[in-house]
Amino acid sequence: MMKHLKYVWTILLVSMAGLAQAQDRPVIEIDINGGVTEPIPVAVPNFIAETPGARRLAGDIASVIMSDLAGTGLFREIPGTAFIGTVTNFNAQPVFSDWSVVNAQALVTGAVSTGADGRLVVKFRLFDVFAQVPIGDGVQYAGTQENWRRMAHKVADTIYNRITGEAGYFDSRVVFVSETGPKNDRKKRLALMDYDGANLQYLTDDTSIVLAPRFAPNAREIIYTSYESGLPQVYLLNLETGRRSQLLENTQNMATAPRFSPDGTKVVMSIIEGSSTDIYQVDMNTRERVRLTNSVGIDTTPSYSPDGSQIVFASDRGGSQQLYVMPAGGGEARRISSGGGSYGTPVWSPRGDMIAFTKIKSGRFHIGVMRVDGTRENLLTASFIDEAPTWSPNGRVLMFFRETPGANGAPQVFSVDLTGRNLRRVDTPSFSSDPDWSGVLR
Amino acid sequence: MGLKKTGLMLAALMALGACEGSNIFGGGGSAAGQAPGGAIEQSSLEYFATEIGDRVLFAVNQSSLSDEAKQILDAQVAWLNQYADRSIMIEGHADEQGTREYNILLGAQRAAAVQNYMIAAGLAPSRISTKSYGKERPLELCSSEACWSKNRRAVTVVAGGMGNV
Repeated sequence: MMKHLKYVWTILLVSMAGLAQAQDRPVIEIDINGGVTEPIPVAVPNFIAETPGARRLAGDIASVIMSDLAGTGLFREIPGTAFIGTVTNFNAQPVFSDWSVVNAQALVTGAVSTGADGRLVVKFRLFDVFAQVPIGDGVQYAGTQENWRRMAHKVADTIYNRITGEAGYFDSRVVFVSETGPKNDRKKRLALMDYDGANLQYLTDDTSIVLAPRFAPNAREIIYTSYESGLPQVYLLNLETGRRSQLLENTQNMATAPRFSPDGTKVVMSIIEGSSTDIYQVDMNTRERVRLTNSVGIDTTPSYSPDGSQIVFASDRGGSQQLYVMPAGGGEARRISSGGGSYGTPVWSPRGDMIAFTKIKSGRFHIGVMRVDGTRENLLTASFIDEAPTWSPNGRVLMFFRETPGANGAPQVFSVDLTGRNLRRVDTPSFSSDPDWSGVLR
Repeated sequence: MGLKKTGLMLAALMALGACEGSNIFGGGGSAAGQAPGGAIEQSSLEYFATEIGDRVLFAVNQSSLSDEAKQILDAQVAWLNQYADRSIMIEGHADEQGTREYNILLGAQRAAAVQNYMIAAGLAPSRISTKSYGKERPLELCSSEACWSKNRRAVTVVAGGMGNV
């Protein structure tokens, strides 16, 4: 087992009295719902180092904030080489003309200091350059130095929220399958990283095939499928203790596709019995299982609605694989997919209004979204293999993996906007697949 | 096993006229698994894989057995009846044209189809176990039907018995 992970975060948030006339409502409007908008030009000059120990982090924190914002496709970086002004006093009003002349529409200023106890304090302010006013109050975060990236993500989340009106998603993590080796002998291991690929940690070694890890709602446990016993079966991994255990002991059944209920008290998964695969609910306290479906074919990849009342899943009960919704306790299932081709790996949006899925049609794979009732299907991607979407915490972005064809084909995690724009490769050190995006960390 | 296939044609010709039983080929359980004449020992895994056929293939997204597959399974069952100390693991696989999650279950269905057929043919259920690899372990690597057709397979892996542990 890998080293235990630290989940003791102490990021304190203090809202500071703003400079004069902070605006409560966004001044810069941005349409993130599909209209074609020009990215907002934003300048994030290096933060001011208020103590000698903060010098290195002052620039790094500004870089992470800029990278978060630019990575959304909604913001455009004004590079530091274009700056004609500098910010030397965090509490003084910026010289707006220095920033308007380089076409920065938004300006982020900040300061970083380290205390005698080694703690890091990050302060920032956000300005509308053309209106020459602050957007919201200044904010201060305090935490340990090793959490500096998280503090930068928290700043970027706040900026994103103030400008778009949507919740941010940068302070989040992704668990995924890291892959190496040839296509017919791929080595797989679970790995955890920040949403942007930083702070990568391996959670298992590569001796057993692993598949489809999913976070518990508190992001402190992961449930996944492993061939550790020889058969594909479901395991739990505690990120705090490093302890790994089989979910259902003393079973010879193959099982896959586990996922937690939103309150974390239950897991739904597929259990294989002979030629039939059905969905079961497992109580996390008693480990008792209840059968939720009973069809002849394959019922799999269950995913709860965020309120826990319904489950969307894939089934081939009608011939090809399609998406169905049923009550969380089982019962009559209603087919929602209707667009031709086959559908798999449905995932309910954290906002509750959409379902993301993999679609296979005419030999091509797509990542798509539809309303919960199956209407307004929208295919966001197309390639040889695009598979296994997962939602950002705010329901605006999807990660998935794309696999290239042929003997040297290999998978890589990508992200794409809910609108289908801003397709990006997520930086991983080796092949990567089966991502699962956490909620925003606390 | 380290066997060479030099005796393959000879073994095939001899097998046509051979009655059941291993003595013709030099006695059961030859440690080398190869008869003096270069023929493949009939009790060997090599014989099972090359002469009987250790795998059956499936149509896209299907787990039903073709007539050809049933013939192979009949021969597998006959062989297994002859060597009652052997047990088998049936490994189901899928091609890459499907999601990983679905293909694990499709592979399980294929393995179960083979298992059910063998049980119906009289093989003791206790000798059979199944497992699915989905699309995790392709045999052929190209991304076209030429390879996919060979990857949609259920492989009967024999365990137990002399010289094969």
